[in-house]
This record gives sequence, C-alpha cells and structure tokens, in this order.
Amino acid sequence: MTATTGRVAGGPLGPKPSLRRKTSRGSLLADRAATVVLWGTGVFVLALLGAIIVHFAAAAWGVVSPSFVLSDPSDTGLGGIGPLLWNSIYMLALTMLIAIPVGILGGIYMSEYAGENPITSAIRFAEESISSVPSIVVGLFGLILFVDNFKWGFTVLGGALALTLFNLPLMTRLSEQALRAVPQEERTASLALGATKWQTIRHVVLPLAIPGLITGVILTAGRVFGEAAVLLFTAGLGTPPHYDFTNFKTFSLTDTNTAWWHSSPWSPLRPGTTLSVYIYKLQSEGLGVYVNQIVDGCAAILISMVLIFNLGARLLGRILTRRLTAA
Amino acid sequence: MAQLTSALPASGLRARPGLLARIDLPRRVVFAAASSMILIVALLMVFITWQGIQLFIADHVPVGQILAPTWQPDATNGPTSFGILPFIAGTVFVTGVALLISTPLSVGLALFLSEVAPRWARAIVQPALEIFVGIPSVVWGWLGITILVPFLADTFHKKIAISLPVVGQVFSMPGFLTGFSWLAGSLVLSIMILPTITSVSYDAFRAVPQELRTGSLALGTTRWQTIRHLLIPSALSGVLTAVVLGMTRAAGEALAVQMVIGNSPSMPAAITQPVTTLTSQITLDMGNTVFGEPWQDALWTMSLVLLIISITSVVLVRALNKRRMGS
Repeated sequence: MTATTGRVAGGPLGPKPSLRRKTSRGSLLADRAATVVLWGTGVFVLALLGAIIVHFAAAAWGVVSPSFVLSDPSDTGLGGIGPLLWNSIYMLALTMLIAIPVGILGGIYMSEYAGENPITSAIRFAEESISSVPSIVVGLFGLILFVDNFKWGFTVLGGALALTLFNLPLMTRLSEQALRAVPQEERTASLALGATKWQTIRHVVLPLAIPGLITGVILTAGRVFGEAAVLLFTAGLGTPPHYDFTNFKTFSLTDTNTAWWHSSPWSPLRPGTTLSVYIYKLQSEGLGVYVNQIVDGCAAILISMVLIFNLGARLLGRILTRRLTAA
Repeated sequence: MAQLTSALPASGLRARPGLLARIDLPRRVVFAAASSMILIVALLMVFITWQGIQLFIADHVPVGQILAPTWQPDATNGPTSFGILPFIAGTVFVTGVALLISTPLSVGLALFLSEVAPRWARAIVQPALEIFVGIPSVVWGWLGITILVPFLADTFHKKIAISLPVVGQVFSMPGFLTGFSWLAGSLVLSIMILPTITSVSYDAFRAVPQELRTGSLALGTTRWQTIRHLLIPSALSGVLTAVVLGMTRAAGEALAVQMVIGNSPSMPAAITQPVTTLTSQITLDMGNTVFGEPWQDALWTMSLVLLIISITSVVLVRALNKRRMGS
C-alpha cells in the first residue's frame, strides 16, 4: 500500500503509515472526494454572495446617486426614492423605540428571574411560535387589529407595532443570550456585597452585557429594515406624496381634517410605504420605463444597509468588549 | 437564577424589607415584558382563528369544500368553489423541492464549517452566511425575476422527455414557457433557507463530543468515515430540527415566492409549470377583495392553515429537542 499516500484525517492524531493497512484505497478516495465536496459547499456560498454583491454594484452603477437617494419618485423620469428611504428609517426608529426596551426587559426576566416552571415554558413556547409564524400572517394580524378594529387605516404606527411584535422574540432571545454570557461570579460577588438583585442587574450585569445587547439591537434592526410582508397590509403600499420636513402638524384633537397630516413626514398616523415594500409594489405593477433601474437601485441600497448593519454590529461589539473589559 | 435569592444572609442580619422591596417592582416590570409575548400569541391565534372560520360560519361554505381541487372564488363567473387544495399542494411541493435542494447543500456546509474548514475559512464563511440571512426577501425575489427566471426560460424551453429502448417513453415534461415556475420558487427558497438549516445543523455537529471523533480516528477511520458513521447518526435529531425549521421558513415565505412562481391557481402538474402557494395567493388577493366577502374569508382560512402549519412545526421541534436531551 505504498501507493496510497493519502492524508488520513486528524493530522498528527492519524495512525502511522505502517498501521494504515486496513484503510483501503476506496475509503481513502471517498475521504478525498468528501473533502473536495465539502470545500465546494463553502466556496459555493462565498461565490454566490460575491456574485450577488457584484451584480448589484454593477446594476446600481449610474442609478444610485445623491439625487436618486434624496428626490421624490417621478412618473416620467428615473426620479428618486427619498420619501421611501425616509419611511424605512422612520419605521425602523419607531419600531426599535418599542422593541428595544421591551425586548431587553424581557431578556432580563428570561435570563435573571425565570425559573423552571410552566410560565417560563409558556413564554418560551410563545417566543418560538411568533418566530415561526409566517410574516404575512403577522401582517394580517396587524390588518385586523390596527387597520380594522382600531380604525387607524394604513399607518406607520400600525406597521411599526406589527413589526415590533414580529421581532420581539428575536430581540428578547438575543438580549437573554447577551445577559447569560455575563459570568455568574459577577452576580455572586455583587450579591455578597449586599446589593439587591435589581441593583446587581442594574449596575453589574447590564453594563457587562452592553456589547452583546448592542449586537442584538443591530441584528434586529437589520431584519426590521428589510421586512416587507408584515408592512404590506399594515402600512400600505401607495406612492408617498412629497414630504415637507418643516411640517410638524402630526396630531390634533380639534382639527377633524386629517388630510394635512399625510404630508407631514413626522406623523406616525399616515400611510408609510418603505423601501422594501416599494420594490414589491414596483415589480408587481411593472409600469414605466425605469422600473428595472429603480428596483435595482433600491435593492442595492437595501443590500448595502444589510452589509453596514452586519459589519457595524461586529465592529461595535468588538470595540465595546475591548473598552469595557480593559477598563 | 432562583438559587441565588435563596442564598441571602440570615434574616436576623437584614433589616425588614420595606414595602417597595416586598412588591419588587423591577421583577414585575421585566415579567410583564417577557409575558407580553404570551399575550401576543394568544391574540394572534384568536384573531386569525376567528377570521379563518368565518368562511364556514358566515358564508355557510361546507368545511369539506376547502379540500376540493377547484378555486373559483368569483361569484360573477358561475357557482363558487373555495377549494384551497391547489394552494396547500403548491406550498407542500414547492417547499418539498426546496428542502431536497437545500438540505444536502446546507448539511454539507455545516459539516464543512464544523469538521473540515480551517479557522480562516470559517472566519469568512460564517459572516457571509449572516449576510445571507439579512438579505430581504423582496431582494431574493427580484434576483429571481431578473436572473433565474430568464435563465430557466432561455436554457430549458424545450420539452424534456426520456425514452428507454424497449419500454418507450418513460418520462416527459413540458419545458419552461416563461420561466415563472415551481422550480424557480423552490430554487429561490432553497437559498433563503440555507442559512437556517446550516446554522442549526452546525450547532448539532459541534455538540458531538470531541472524544468521539478522536476515538473514531484512533481506530484508523478516515475523516469521511467518521462523519458518515459517527457524526451524522449522533447529530441526526439536531439535523432534523434544522430541516423542520427550514421547512417552516420556506412554507411561510411570501413575497420572494410570489414573485417567481407564476401564480396559477391549479393543481401543480410539472416542476417547469407555474403554480401557486398559500402565501402568494394571500399576498395577491388580499388587497383586491372586500372585507367580509366569501373570497376574502377564504384567504383568512388559508392564513389559518399557515398558522396551524407553523404551530405544528414548533411542537415538532420541541419533541425533537426533547428526544435529543433524553438520549
């Protein structure tokens, strides 16, 4: 068997050549083939991601410009996506405003307080259920609750609430993981010094968990930013009007004429088509000469945001960990 | 961390807790945040179930009719029939083929990451997978429309037939007319669920104790033999969990699928032909129907079916996990 010079797996742990008699040529070949195939899967994924990024970079070339990002959509020309991008950012801010506190507080309960009891397992079941319910069904729930029952119509607030309840499990789970990663000794030491449980959580556990919590926030934000199915029936899919950013008339109990708040970009009680929903709307209508360019531009912006959110979470987490552990 | 509260100093050393401490407000607040998810799930189930059964209660459609193969919701075109079987079959078939494509690829990738990849390769592929998770579904759908669908239509537009010498023609399938098809939907989905199946199976492979690998390699097996006969059997329930989670995500995905499968509300005939799914029919019709009419009630029934599918899969995953913990 001197011809079979194939490397046996395990490197230094592998048997010496003289002991290798039992390993037949066939199984060595199979091992080689498997190694090649398994490497192939890794190369495939990287190549696919590379191709997607290159594709959108090329497609967005000549489309995405400052004026495309900032100006209003146009019926005749290329126009822009300014109001859509604004709605995406506004929707994200409104969603995170609710999801961050509730998610982190829920994470604190699951990590610091929850015992092995039926209520905890009911919360876990609820958490897993919401995560696995299709986003379109969550959107329909928002349609019944906010649009029909509350009689809000299509609103940014309704969309943000639907997005919140869809992403709450993720935010809670990521917060719980971040808090659980804090070493038990820190808690014991704090309690031994006479701090109450809440003082321990507030002044010891939470500060130590900040890098993990921020990573969780950014990952959730990334998912919220690209979501469309939840918003289709809660925030609407019309083309937004021109937004006048100096118009702060967002709510009035006396003025029954609601038309004006639709043009205030600051109002949460107006329809708000986001960038992802706009992609869906444009491709399904398919009208206009510039549809392909506009959708490519929107998709390129969404992909760049995904990249920024991911790299941002990684980088910020690393910097904060270094800062906090060095101090 | 209930055991820590029991480790408080003896009561004699401690001042009698004040009213505020006895109420333990922080605990109540974090509990409310965590248990809000139970409320959300309960509300969601109640609302979707209530709307979903209106087809039988308010519109007096016999329950058995939803299993009919004809979808004729528009009363102006003759007698109505609310058979949602084509959509259920579409969801099952499109998801099934997506799993057939994605499972080997994802499990291979998980094996690559856990057994084969050197540290540097893992450090590139894992972040790449996280970016895959973040890419919004409308962007996958758009890639499907602009690249995959034209590719299928151009490359495989001829009829596909296989003939054997004696038996004659054993298999024939019409070619792609437009490219919008069952296969296009499955291919898009298979990439979308790849990160889910990969990361869960990766965790399952990592959970196999290192000693088992070392022991197996010391017996003179190759790496592939160790993977094939040791790792895959030991991690099987974890891999199954991954497949169920991937299946749930695929069955619930709405926009990306709707954009590429052609939306033909008839029973799926061939993988090259347009089909439709529960999610895509809901997405398409919900905006064009009036609240309370039988047509829309049938869409709510379809979303109830989706809800039942996802809750079932949560229960299934829990059972699989319990089995894994038990063994």
